[in-house]
Amino acid sequence: MSPITVREWVAAKSGHCRVRVVSTDRSPDWVAISPFVLDTHELVAWATRPDCGAVVTFVGTARTTSTTGHEILELEYETDPRLAERRLAEVTAEARARWPEIRAVVLHHRIGTVHLTEPAVVVVVASPHRGEAFDAARFCIDAVKRTVPMWKREVWRGGSAWSDEAIDIVDVVDVNPRATEEHA
Amino acid sequence: MSRILLLGPAREAAGVREDEIDGETVAEVVAAAVARYGADFEAIVAVSQLWVNGYAATPTQRVGPADEVAVLPPISGG
Repeated sequence: MSPITVREWVAAKSGHCRVRVVSTDRSPDWVAISPFVLDTHELVAWATRPDCGAVVTFVGTARTTSTTGHEILELEYETDPRLAERRLAEVTAEARARWPEIRAVVLHHRIGTVHLTEPAVVVVVASPHRGEAFDAARFCIDAVKRTVPMWKREVWRGGSAWSDEAIDIVDVVDVNPRATEEHA
Repeated sequence: MSRILLLGPAREAAGVREDEIDGETVAEVVAAAVARYGADFEAIVAVSQLWVNGYAATPTQRVGPADEVAVLPPISGG
């Protein structure tokens, strides 16, 4: 079965509510802020292509644990899609500048309520070889977490609060993946 | 007069996501917003970045009716 196209994806989602996507099927990369459950297989299929022997995927999922000590039931993400999608596009451009060999990048981030185990963010990088695919994918998730305007609210039984792991926004060009703390 | 966009904790503290605020510079718009929304919002602004039309801005940057000033608290995506 052929991978879904961006046009088909938008058409399918638009039946449920308004969807805004800056990417097209002519775009080398696909970035999106989505209120729908992210379909990792669909996105991996889109990025996979004959000239690439490596497709690296990172899926950030909603988990029960929190630095607050509460048992988390679900997460709620909020942003302005225009600002967030622009930053996602800047991340893909910077990844291509640092690793010119990569052929496709997918960055999708959820907004709205994300239930436990559901993906909050999906990164897919396709490249001829695995080295640059791993490195670029690591950069992309680090850059998403440090540069994209996005706010996470943790919900537990009887309460909720903004994540206390919030960090100051930095420019995409200033992201050093090796210096990133790993709480995600 | 500019449009102000408040996101995440800034939206919660202000009680609104968008508003029209008087001011000829970024700093004037934000000061007027603080006067309108109160101390909780002021505390959020103190740790936030300010963007104009999607890009980082300086307090002295001039703004007009076509501009959007966004208040972006520390982020927690992913």
